[in-house]
Amino acid sequence: MAAPTVSVARSTGRAPTALGGVGRVVEHHWRWYRRNWRATAVSSILQPLLFLLAFGVGFGALVGSGPQAAAATGGTPYLVWLAPALLAMSAAQSAAFDSTYPILSGFKWQRIYLAMSAGPITGAQVGLGVLTWTGVKMFGSGAVYVVVIAIFGGVQGPGIVVSLLAALLTGLAVASLITAFAATVENEGNAFSALFRFVVIPMTLFSGTFFPVDRLPEWVQPVVWVSPLWHGTEVARGAALGTWRLLPTLGHLAVLVGLLVVGSVLVARLFTRRLAR
Amino acid sequence: MSDALVQARGLRKSFGAVEAVRGIDVDVAPGEVFGFLGPNGAGKSSTMRMIACVSPRSAGTLSVLGMDPGVDGPRIRARIGVVPQLDNLDAELSVRENLEIYGRYFGLPRRHVKEKAAELLEFAQLTERAGDTVEELSGGMKRRLTIARSLVNDPELLLLDEPTTGLDPQARHLLWDRLYRLKREGVTQIVTTHYMDEAEQLCDRLVVMDGGVIAAEGSPAELIGRYSTREVLELRFDPEHRPTAEALERHAERVEELPDRFLLYTVDGERTHGDVVGAGFVPLSSLVRRSSLEDVFLRLTGRTLVD
Ligand SMILES: Nc1ncnc2c1ncn2[C@@H]1O[C@H](COP(=O)(O)OP(=O)(O)O)[C@@H](O)[C@H]1O
Ligand SMILES: [Mg+2]
Repeated sequence: MAAPTVSVARSTGRAPTALGGVGRVVEHHWRWYRRNWRATAVSSILQPLLFLLAFGVGFGALVGSGPQAAAATGGTPYLVWLAPALLAMSAAQSAAFDSTYPILSGFKWQRIYLAMSAGPITGAQVGLGVLTWTGVKMFGSGAVYVVVIAIFGGVQGPGIVVSLLAALLTGLAVASLITAFAATVENEGNAFSALFRFVVIPMTLFSGTFFPVDRLPEWVQPVVWVSPLWHGTEVARGAALGTWRLLPTLGHLAVLVGLLVVGSVLVARLFTRRLAR
Repeated sequence: MSDALVQARGLRKSFGAVEAVRGIDVDVAPGEVFGFLGPNGAGKSSTMRMIACVSPRSAGTLSVLGMDPGVDGPRIRARIGVVPQLDNLDAELSVRENLEIYGRYFGLPRRHVKEKAAELLEFAQLTERAGDTVEELSGGMKRRLTIARSLVNDPELLLLDEPTTGLDPQARHLLWDRLYRLKREGVTQIVTTHYMDEAEQLCDRLVVMDGGVIAAEGSPAELIGRYSTREVLELRFDPEHRPTAEALERHAERVEELPDRFLLYTVDGERTHGDVVGAGFVPLSSLVRRSSLEDVFLRLTGRTLVD
């Protein structure tokens, strides 16, 4: 009796390269965005727009061009002075939102990270892909925001493009650290609300966005120095107004890049750990 | 070297103090449908996740497609298909997008993925729903989509963890039909289930798993032949006139006492029924049936599969 011959063709699947794997995760999110961009675009534009209107235009009129205001802003109109900092702030804020609940959902509710890592890509590639996508989306919203600021008359020159890149770096540094944290969160609990209350909100308030940090009491200064948003704001504002000095700027950039590297390594490690058990 | 697609020796998995899998040996040959039958908590999913190269083993050896999951995880995962116990579709994408985007993870070109998605939609009978988001699908449709998705890379080995749990009978039969087609095409499958009828329907060979160990191995017919009799007589009694198991034992090869009934293992159920009634025990109801894997499980573990 002849044995039945079972001939299964070789599978068509193959493992992508490290970068290819990250790219696939970005592509997945892009697919999602193409379907859902309206809702996210509205919220990611509307919030900074409100800030711009309330502080830049409203509060700006109040501050006016009094001698005190001029001393604080170095003589620049308040809106122009504020705009690059708002760019950095909105990047940091959207980074915080994108890196909390959506990450937990990917692990726990929708479990799409489990689906991704069941294929040939690794947990680290999933994590870095998610982070890269956060950056892509942030860059897009930031670019639109620059246009909005320009329409309101808040742009002084081409330096704002460098501000946008500084804002992106700031947002990515924040996103990497919070994404890494989110990968350790098992249940919704209070982890994220505590994070917003005790880290994200103080960071947005004490980073020199609305007023120079030297107006803050002495004891708050250390909080300012550890805030990635302060470092980002200094660079973004310096670039937009052309007031930056080489050494401090390099220092700020070094802090941001350092945080991003640490955050990315943690993301890769913690995603791997969470997805392999 | 053996030509087994999956080979495990002394395979173990612990989660802290919990030992989910406690040293199992498994060989899965090309082209066969191999089953893990066991109750909840037996360690089936933990085993499947190790074979799927997502969960590192705690001890023992494991080879999948001739490679070591600890070394070649991504290369193995590129060539297998996985249907996890819990669906993990992207609920906010459409049915078609779920297939296409998943294919991209396997390094497949866009055009190939598009054609493959159309073919799989047909296979899963979801062509009409291709544009709907996954959120809108019923449980059975989601399960079919998950199976379709697992086939996007033409896998050489398909892992199905409780493929039909929670589905209504009609949806189950449709799924079984699809899995049977895949078997005819020569796709090797590993299935876990806690339904004995599913194991009997689908599996060429299976292991009975309980408490992280394998209690027995064989084809469904072999297992039934080895651990049970041809027929089973089920008897229910009025609680007031319920006989003891001992009293019934002389009429059958073996008696199992369950909370609501007795199971009498015998070659000829009708004759045993006559004997029992002749001895003065009148049941409220009786039923003669063929032995099933459920009986094998009861014999091996003293417990029922689904409670
Ligand atoms: N990630 C995990 N962490 C801790 N314990 C786990 C984990 N996964 C499974 N277990 C435990 O391992 C045992 C076997 O579970 P599982 O493999 O899911 O069994 P089955 O799939 O047969 O129902 C159970 O006691 C379960 O609670
Ligand atoms: Mg299970």
